[in-house]
Order: sequence, then structure tokens, then C-alpha cells
Amino acid sequence: MEEKIIIAGFGGQGVLSLGQFIAYAAIADGKEVTWLPSYGPEMRGGTSNCSVVVSDKQVASPIVARPDCLIAMNKPSLYKFVDRVKAGGTVIVNSSLIPDKVQRTDVKVVYIDAQEIALEAGNARTANIVVLGAYIGMSKLFPVETVKKTIEDKFAAKPKVIPANLKAFDLGYATATK
Amino acid sequence: MKKLMKGNEAVAEAAIRGGMRAFFGYPITPQNEIPEYLSRRLPEVGGVFIQAESEVSAINMVYGAAGSGARAMTSSSSPGISLKQEGISYICGAELPCVIVNMVRGGPGLGGIQPAQSDYFQAVKGGGHGDYHMLVYGPHTVQEAVDLMYNAFDKADEYRLPVMILGDGMIGQIMEAVELPEMKDPSAFPKKPWAADGTAVGKDRRVINSLYIEPDALEVVNHRLFDRYELLKQRETMYEEYLTEDAETVIVAYGTVARIAKSAVNELRARGKKVGLFRPITLYPYPSEALNGIAKEDSVKRFVTIELSMGQMVEDVRLAVNGLKPVEFYGRTGGNVMTPDDIVDYIEKE
Amino acid sequence: MAVVFKKTKMLTDVPFHYCPGCTHGIAHRLVAECLDEINCEGNVIGIAPVGCAVFAYNYFNCDMLEAAHGRAPSLATGIKRTHPDTVVFAYQGDGDLASIGTAEIIHAAARGENVTIIFINNAIYGMTGGQMAPTTLVGQKSTTSQYGRSIPLNGNPIRVSEMLATLDGPAYIARVALTDAANVRKAKQAIKRGFEMQLNKKGFSLIEVLSTCPTNWGMTPVQAAEFVKNEMTKEFPLGVFKDVTKE
Repeated sequence: MEEKIIIAGFGGQGVLSLGQFIAYAAIADGKEVTWLPSYGPEMRGGTSNCSVVVSDKQVASPIVARPDCLIAMNKPSLYKFVDRVKAGGTVIVNSSLIPDKVQRTDVKVVYIDAQEIALEAGNARTANIVVLGAYIGMSKLFPVETVKKTIEDKFAAKPKVIPANLKAFDLGYATATK
Repeated sequence: MKKLMKGNEAVAEAAIRGGMRAFFGYPITPQNEIPEYLSRRLPEVGGVFIQAESEVSAINMVYGAAGSGARAMTSSSSPGISLKQEGISYICGAELPCVIVNMVRGGPGLGGIQPAQSDYFQAVKGGGHGDYHMLVYGPHTVQEAVDLMYNAFDKADEYRLPVMILGDGMIGQIMEAVELPEMKDPSAFPKKPWAADGTAVGKDRRVINSLYIEPDALEVVNHRLFDRYELLKQRETMYEEYLTEDAETVIVAYGTVARIAKSAVNELRARGKKVGLFRPITLYPYPSEALNGIAKEDSVKRFVTIELSMGQMVEDVRLAVNGLKPVEFYGRTGGNVMTPDDIVDYIEKE
Repeated sequence: MAVVFKKTKMLTDVPFHYCPGCTHGIAHRLVAECLDEINCEGNVIGIAPVGCAVFAYNYFNCDMLEAAHGRAPSLATGIKRTHPDTVVFAYQGDGDLASIGTAEIIHAAARGENVTIIFINNAIYGMTGGQMAPTTLVGQKSTTSQYGRSIPLNGNPIRVSEMLATLDGPAYIARVALTDAANVRKAKQAIKRGFEMQLNKKGFSLIEVLSTCPTNWGMTPVQAAEFVKNEMTKEFPLGVFKDVTKE
């Protein structure tokens, strides 16, 4: 098995950390993984993306040309990467910021109102975790408990935010599986 | 227990576990996580971290610390490494051990900040003045970078020369699972009777120096250095072969590009193409003999060197192949990185 | 037979290569006597510069490192930070310290590196043949200021001691001159004070030593000493510019 994911959006949307959650969960699940960020002059609001490759075997190329899944958190990111998604792949669209519909018919598309659901979870900053939930719900890449444990571990220093993040994950997961 | 770590941080931790206790650096993208990590971590192990006023000063702080016996290190990226060249030449001339990390970005000039391999010549041919070389490693995964860094100070001490870890922006920025080795015990490191640590008295005193005003004396030094480089060739040359046994096309690539090429080889093999990969791990000494051996195989029709440059390592490939087979070049530059598909397309277009 | 002259044990038994009348020899001896008097034998590392004093590593009878041009303060930093209990000193000239190595000296001083710098100011590049230095006096002729140093063309000389004394890092900064016996005695006191600051972990110390270069100035040794006394001290007044123990 090898799953290649591109996650893209604005700086500050938690795009890189969303990729890291997948990477940490992959390690916890005994998989091999690479997480490769775009990097640029340090500033808020610029575009940001990362490529994650999860595999049974050692990952060769960390560069992802044709992803199995694209997670687009904003409009420019959707248009930048959507044509590169493999036929039969998946596109997760943050519909809070992207009103457009994906024109391709050979990919599965999940629209998720991440911002609204994050507010429902009780913390507007959990939108990326909502999307993580949606991705896991859709891909079933790792057991839910493994990912939740990862979320708890990574927020261990800020225990107050853990409940909202776990709820955001559950709500996102439910959206993708209903 | 494997741990997910960013390349820059993993390299920094591996340096500490390999015995490094003195770091001198200056901020530059894309290696900033190394000094940032070490400014927190070195004080925990009783080490020294100084942010110098310039790259020039940082490498000279390394010179001072190494010359007085410490395991010292600096890290930077291309423009900063250019500034360090004066110090590197002096360190080589004074026969001092140290480790230098270069997370290469695009050039020339200020260039860009995206990954590149365009400092190959500078690293392996000697970027500063004079006849010298360093032991240069080109790791392709974070784990390999950790493993090479872990023993780099031992190698530097053994041969009394700088070891360079030649990474690229990708090796620095990527996160992968790594197995970190045990902390080495600095009290077990071999003594350095040559080091000017201040304890010598009278005629036993040590002088760390690269000035030899008499031509005969300097010639002796140059021969001594090159005798050492000959030992490096015999003992330290490292490379990996992947599916080269029956290959008609042999790709030669190092660092992260070799991983991209490996994916391409897998794809081409799936399509029935006989393609293999030769990956130098030491860039100096270059694994020329092994490559020449492959060139002598009847099955091999051609070599394709792939780099993130306009073609630098390809010259060493041509020297090693020595006209036995055609050597082609495919590269991307400016911080652009080829995909496995790009390589597949290049190989298939014949 | 009575011994009338003996080298201090912190100098090697190697004859100096310096020109007749040059005060590098006196400065070396003063530094070596001070090293002897503070009893740091077996616990001291020196750094030689690029310039006339490049061979200082042949003369100081202790572990020595030879630095690249201007980089001695960086070497001193690397050494001292990894050997905090060892006495560390660097010996630099004006081209080395005040031109190519300005960044290094300013930042070593600003960090308060606990090292002692002996700064020889003879207003000229001696080793390379008498070119203009950052401390060459206005109007002074050199092989690269053949009509005399001109302010519009070359700017003014740099007063290193005063400049560094504006920083909070240094513990002791003084300017002395090797013109006559009285001033030589004062110079030694200042150098020793610098080393004592280091021993007491007070921080950075620098002693600027106004020196002669009869060869490149085209003067006799006596004329050269007069030039320091009458001309150089106008631009570079003697005195203590910083002493944290007296603040």
C-alpha cells in the first residue's frame, strides 16, 4: 500500500500540522512515512502546502507528482493541484472558503464546511482537524483510536484544547462517512 | 523506538549524540532548525552554542574550538557556505577536524531558497583556495543523514579533516521516522595530543598553523594531506547499487534526487525496462572504481546522471566511466525538483 | 659571570624577525612577562594574526594558533567558550583588527568574550610593504596613499579604543605607547591589568599599543619614537577608556 497526499492552503490554516498529524499517525500505526513541506520566506498568509507519503515499505520519492488525495483548504490551492490528482483519487474541498464545484468526473469529491463544523466543535481553530477527520473517515487509512491518540499526544502541552480537537475530528469523520 | 523528526533537527541531535559540544552558526534558510534546535539542546548537555556575527566569524570560531581540541561544528546553506570557504581552507591547511553541514539551496548569488545540488563542485573540488579536500557525504534519507552525522566526528578526528554533510533543502525540511543512536561518551574519545589546549609547556607546545613559508615544507604538507585522501579512498568510499545487475540504463544520482530516481526505476521496471540506480554516498572520495566496474559490464548501454544542477557530478561520472559508455545528463535547477514521472519520461524518450 | 639579561620563560629562544627599531619585540616581551607574572604557564593559549606578527607563534612559549586575517577574535571565542578556565589572548595589528577584522573585534567585545586582545597600532601595513592602514594619520604618506592620506578619498582614521569603549561588553580598554621607558612601564601595567580582568572573569579586555614602524615610515628608530609621541598621540590619545572595576 502507498498513499500520496497533497495538503494545501493559506499559511495559518494549519496545513502543515494537518500533514504532520497524518505522519505521526502513520508512525504510530507502524507505517513508513515522509512529510515534505513547501517552505518560503517566513510570513503569515502566504500559500503553504505539504506532501505526505504513507507506505508499507520505505518511501522512495517524497516528491508527489500525482496524489491519491488532494486536501484543498482554499481556492488557489484547489486550482493549483486538482488536475494532478490520480484518476480514481479523492479531492477534499474546504467548502467554507471554496464555493466552486470540482469539474473532474473521474475523482471522488468530498465537500466539507470545515469552518462551520469547527465552530460547532467549540474552537474555530480546529478546522484542520475537522478535515483530518474527514480524510480518515473517507480513506480509513488508520484506526480512529490511533489518530485520536496522536491528537492527544500532540496537544499534551495544551490539555484545554484537546476536547474541542477530538470533537472536531469526530464531526469531520462523521461528515465523510455519512 | 522510531521518532518522526525533521531532517535539520535529526541531524542536530545526531551531532550531539556523536559527541559535538560546540556549535557556531549564523541564520540562513533552509537550515535554521539546526541552530534553533541546538540553542535549546546544547546547554542541556553542557555544550556551547554561539550565534556568530557572520558566517566568516562562525567558521573561525569552529577553527578556534577545533584547534584547541573540541568537537565543533557549523551549519549553513549555500551563500553562507561561500563565506565560510576562507575558514574551511585554513582548517584543512591546519589539519583540524570539524563537521560542516550545507543544506544546499539554488544559486548563484542570493539565488533562491528551494532545494538544489549546485554546490557539488564547491564541496568536492575544494571551494576555497589551495590543494585540499574534505570527506563529503550526500545522505538521501533523514536516517542516513543521522547515521553519517553520528560518526562524522570520529572520521574527522581520525583523518584530521573537516567532514561535510551535503544535504539539500529537502533533507533539511522533510520529516521522517528515525532511529536515534545512543549518546556517545565524550570521555571515551581518543585523546588529541596535537591540540593546542593550553596545557603544553616549553618545547612540547603545539602550534596550529597553515603557514609554511618554505616551499619544501609546504610541499611536504600537501603530500601529507593527499596521502590521507588516498586512505579515504581506500577505506571510506561508500555507495549503493539498486537493480544494476542486468541494467541497460544506469541512473547515477545522489541525495534526495536518488530517492526520486528510485521511484522512477521502480516504475520503469514495472514497464519492463532494464533500469538501475547507482547512488554515491561519499561524494568525496567519489566511488569511481565501482562506477567504472559497472561501465565495463556488457549489459550496460548508457549512464544517465540526474542532478538538481546544470550538471556538476556528471563530470565525475564521465571521469569514472572514462569513455566506456555514453554518459547523459538530466537536471532541474533554480530550486525546481523533478518528479519520478519526469525521470521516467526522460529515460523512455530514448 | 653575572647574568645581565635573560629572556622571560614565556618567550621561546628564537630570535625575533622584526626590523631594527620596531617595537613589536618590546610588546612581545611585555605580554610574555605578564603571562609569566600571572602564573599561567601550562594554562594559556595564544593566537597570532596575519601581518608582521604572523610568526608570533614562534615566539610565545605556549600553545598557539595562527588565525586567518582579522579572525583572531573569532578563534579566541571558539577557544575560550570551550576552555573557559584557560587564559586566552590574541595579538593583532591595525590592518588585521581595524580593517579586515572589524566585525569580529566589535562582536567579540560586544559579547564580552573573556579574552585579552593586544592591539598593535603602528598606522601602517608593515608585512606587505607599507600600505595605508585604517589608522594611518591624515596626511601621512604610505605606498597606497602616495600624496598623503586624504579625508575626501580615504576618510578619517579609526579610534578603536574609543569606539569599543562605547560598548557594554568590554571590561577594560586602554591605549598605551612604546615610546620611552616610562611609557613602556605603563604599557606593561595596562597589559597585566587586561590579563587580571580575564583571570577575574570580568570580560573582554583590549590594550591598544601605539608602536613604531621605522622601516615603512622611512625614519630612524629615534625619529619613529618621536613620531609616535608627537603625532600619533594627537590622533590617538593615551589613557584608560574603560575599566569596569572603577565604574
